[in-house]
Amino acid sequence: MTTRISTRDVTTAPEFRLLVIAVFVFGLMAVLSPERFLSTQNLTSMAFQFPEFAILALAMTIAMMTGGIDLSVVGVANLSAVVAAIILTQYSNADMPASQSAIWLAIAIAAALCIGATAGLVNGALVAFFGLPPILATLGSGLVFTGFAIAMTGGSAVMGFPSTVALIGNATLFGIPVPLILFAVLAVVLHLILTRTAFGLRVTMYGANPLAALYAAIDINRMLLKVYVIAGLFSSIAGLIVMSRANSAKADYGSSYLLLAVLIAVLGGVNPYGGYGRVIGVVLAVLSMQFLSSGLNMLQVSNFARELIWGALLILVMVINTHAVTALRGSFRPKT
Amino acid sequence: MSPDHDTAFVDLRAITKRYAGVTALDSVDFTVQPGEAVCLAGENGSGKSTLIKIISGVEPATAGTIRIAGQDRPYLNPRISAAAGVMVIFQDFSLFPNLSVAENIAFATQLSTHQRFFKAKAVRDIASAALDRIGVRIDLDARVETLPVAQKQLVAICRALASRAQLIIMDEPTTALTEKEVRRLQGIIRMLKDEGVAVIFVSHKLGEVLAVSEKVVVLRNGKKVAEGPASEFDTQSLTYHMTGRDVPEVPPSDVTPGAETLMQVKGLTKAGSFADISFDLMAGEVLGITGLLGCGRTSVAKALFGLVSPDAGSITVAGRPVPLGDPQAASLARIGYVPEDRLTEGLFLSQSILRNVAVGRLDAHSSGGFLDMTRLADEAADWLRRLKVKTPDVNAPVQSLSGGNQQRVALARWLSRAPRVLLLNGPSVGVDVGSKADIHDIIRDLARQGIGIIVISDDLPELLSTCHRILVMREGRIIDALDGKSLTEDDLAHRLAS
Repeated sequence: MTTRISTRDVTTAPEFRLLVIAVFVFGLMAVLSPERFLSTQNLTSMAFQFPEFAILALAMTIAMMTGGIDLSVVGVANLSAVVAAIILTQYSNADMPASQSAIWLAIAIAAALCIGATAGLVNGALVAFFGLPPILATLGSGLVFTGFAIAMTGGSAVMGFPSTVALIGNATLFGIPVPLILFAVLAVVLHLILTRTAFGLRVTMYGANPLAALYAAIDINRMLLKVYVIAGLFSSIAGLIVMSRANSAKADYGSSYLLLAVLIAVLGGVNPYGGYGRVIGVVLAVLSMQFLSSGLNMLQVSNFARELIWGALLILVMVINTHAVTALRGSFRPKT
Repeated sequence: MSPDHDTAFVDLRAITKRYAGVTALDSVDFTVQPGEAVCLAGENGSGKSTLIKIISGVEPATAGTIRIAGQDRPYLNPRISAAAGVMVIFQDFSLFPNLSVAENIAFATQLSTHQRFFKAKAVRDIASAALDRIGVRIDLDARVETLPVAQKQLVAICRALASRAQLIIMDEPTTALTEKEVRRLQGIIRMLKDEGVAVIFVSHKLGEVLAVSEKVVVLRNGKKVAEGPASEFDTQSLTYHMTGRDVPEVPPSDVTPGAETLMQVKGLTKAGSFADISFDLMAGEVLGITGLLGCGRTSVAKALFGLVSPDAGSITVAGRPVPLGDPQAASLARIGYVPEDRLTEGLFLSQSILRNVAVGRLDAHSSGGFLDMTRLADEAADWLRRLKVKTPDVNAPVQSLSGGNQQRVALARWLSRAPRVLLLNGPSVGVDVGSKADIHDIIRDLARQGIGIIVISDDLPELLSTCHRILVMREGRIIDALDGKSLTEDDLAHRLAS
C-alpha cells in the first residue's frame, strides 16, 4: 500500500490555501510599504516577535486536536515567568559572574517548566477525571493561575535580572533569533508527536470521535492528562521568552495573546471540534498573522483596531469552514 | 389518471433520491388511501427510511412528484407535511421524558395554535380527549420517562391524533412490544382506520402487523420489488422479496467436544438494567443473547466489555478474573467488542480506513515512543484484505464505505488484536443482504478457530444461523437458555414476546 501524492492532492489540502494567504499578505504588505516592510530591521524584529504567541498557538493546537481548548495558556505562561523571575531576582543579581548566574537561570527555567507541567496536570485532571468541559475548566484554572501570579508579585512587574537571561529572548545563534529556534524545535517536536507516535494518533482519533475511542479501549484519561501537560509545558516556555524579551515578569503580560493563539490555531486549519490539525498549517497561520500585524503597524493602524480585525478574522475563518459555506462554494463550481 | 390516484391521501410518482452518487430510491411509486394501513417492508438500507423522510418533508426528492391531501407539493418541509396531517412516530417516540403525559400529548397542538401562554386546563382537555379516542387510560400527570415502552408508544399515538393526523407513520412499531401489547396495538389501529386515518408501518419484521394491513409494499436496494394486498403475503414470501433470495440456512458446526471453558460470568447485576446474569462460554462456541428492545441485552454486552460498571458479579476469562467496569482491562484480557451503533460508537468516521483498524494495534508497533508506521499500515492492510474489505484507497475516510464494509473494518480492528472472546452487538445491522451472509460466514469461521463469540441481536434468523446456544432475556434477566439446533424461528419469536 503506497500513498501517492499528486499535485492535485497538494493544491486541495487546506494547508495550501494557508500558504497562498501567507504569500498574499506578505506580498500585499511589501507592496503597500516596500522600503519599511522589507527592511532587514523589520524582518528581524518580526522573527523576534512572533515565537512567543506562536508557541502558545502550538499549545492551543494540541488541546484543540482532542476537541478541547486551553484558555489558561497565558495564565500558565505568566505564572511560570513570575516564579522564574522571583527565583532570579532573589538569588542572583546583575553583578554576578555569568557562570554563576547561568546556574540560577537553569534552576529558574526548570522551576518554570515544573509550574507549566503542574498547571497542565491540573487542567488535565479537571477535564479527564472530573469531566468538566475544557473551555470552562481552563477558563477557571487560568484565572486561578493569574491570581497566584498577582498574589506573588502584588500585581507589579518583577525585574532586575542578570544579563544571561537575555539569552532566551534577545540573542541570536548563527544569526537566527533564539526564540525563532525554540519555536522551530517545538513545532517539529509537536509535528512528530502528532504524526509519528501512538499517543499522537490516539489524540487525533479521540478528537474525531470520543465515544468510539472509549469503545476502542483507549486509555482516555491518561491521554488527556498528557495533552494538557504538553500544553502547559509549551505555555511556560512561551512565558520564559516573554520574560526575557521584556526583561521582567508580570501577572498580566500578553493578555491579547489568548485570542491570538485561538485565532492562529483555527486559521491554521485545526478543527475546533477535534480530530484534524497539522502543525504546518499552524506555522503558516502564524506567519500570516505576523505579516498582517507588522504591516498594520507600519500603516499606523491603531492597536485597538488590530484586536477588532483579529476578532473579525476568527469569526470569518470559522464561518468559511462551516458546511453551509463549503456547500455554497461547491454549488458555484461548474458541474462535472 | 386512475380513480386510485384521485382519492389517495399520499400519492408519490416516480420518486428518485440520490445522495452523493448513491441512489437510495429509484423511481418508486407509492400511494396510501385514507383509512388504509400499508406495510412498507425492506431490509436495512433498502430505502424505506428515505421514503418516509420524503413523505414527512425531512428530505427533498431528487426527482418525481408528491401529492398529499389532494395537493401537489413541489416544495415540502416537515411543517407543511405535518399541517397536511402526516405524523411520524419514530422508534424512540421522540417524547419529552421529563414532561407529563398530558404535556407531551398536547405539546404540538399548543405550538401550532400559537398560544402565547401555557394553559394547563386546555392541555389536560386535549390529552384526555385523545386518550379517550383510542380508549386507553394513562395517568395524565405521570412523567413520560416512568412509563413502560408500550405506554410511551400510546402517548406518541395520542400526540399524533391530537395534532389531527390523517396519516400516522410508525417506524418499527412492534420491536419492543410483547404479544399482548401487539394485540392491543392492532385493536387501536383497526379503530383508527375506521375513522379514516391511514397508517404506514415501516418494519423489517412484519408478521404482527400484516393482520391489520390492506397493502404491502416491499423495497429492495431502492426499488419497489413487490406490491399487493396483504392477504397475498406471509412472513416467508416477505422475506423472499426483501432479500431477493431464499437465504440458505447454514447451521453452525458443532463445538469441539471437551473444549475448554473460555469465559465464565457469574451473578452479574446492575440495579435497573440487569440482574443475576450467569453463563459459561466455551472456546469455539457462538452464544446468542437476545430479547426485546429494552430487555437489557445491550447493557449486559457493555458490562462484559467494562463500559458499564456492574454492582455485583464476576467475569473470568481463561480462569483469570477480569476487573469490572474497565474497558482497557477487558481489552487486555483479550475481549473484543464490536458495538451496535457503528457510526457513533464503532468507527472514527472522518479518519482513514487504515487508521480505524490500526488504532487497535498502536502499542504493539510502538518502540521508543515512535510508531513503526510501515509495519502498522502493512498489518492493517493485511487484515482488510483478509476480511475482503472492498476499497480503492485505504487512506480514504471510513465513512466512504458501505455498511457491510464498515462492519468489516470494525471487525478487523478487533481481530488484529487476536481476541479470545469477541462480543458482537448487532453484527449485521444496516448491512446489505450479501454482506450479511458474509459476516455470518466470518463469525462461523472465527468460532472454528477457537474464538468464543457472543452475538447480541434481535435478528432471529441471524441468531439461528450462527449460534450454538441462545439466551433469552426479559426485564434484565435470562429467562431461557435454548439449544440453537433444535429451535425454529417461530419458537424463538414466541419465547421472546410471550
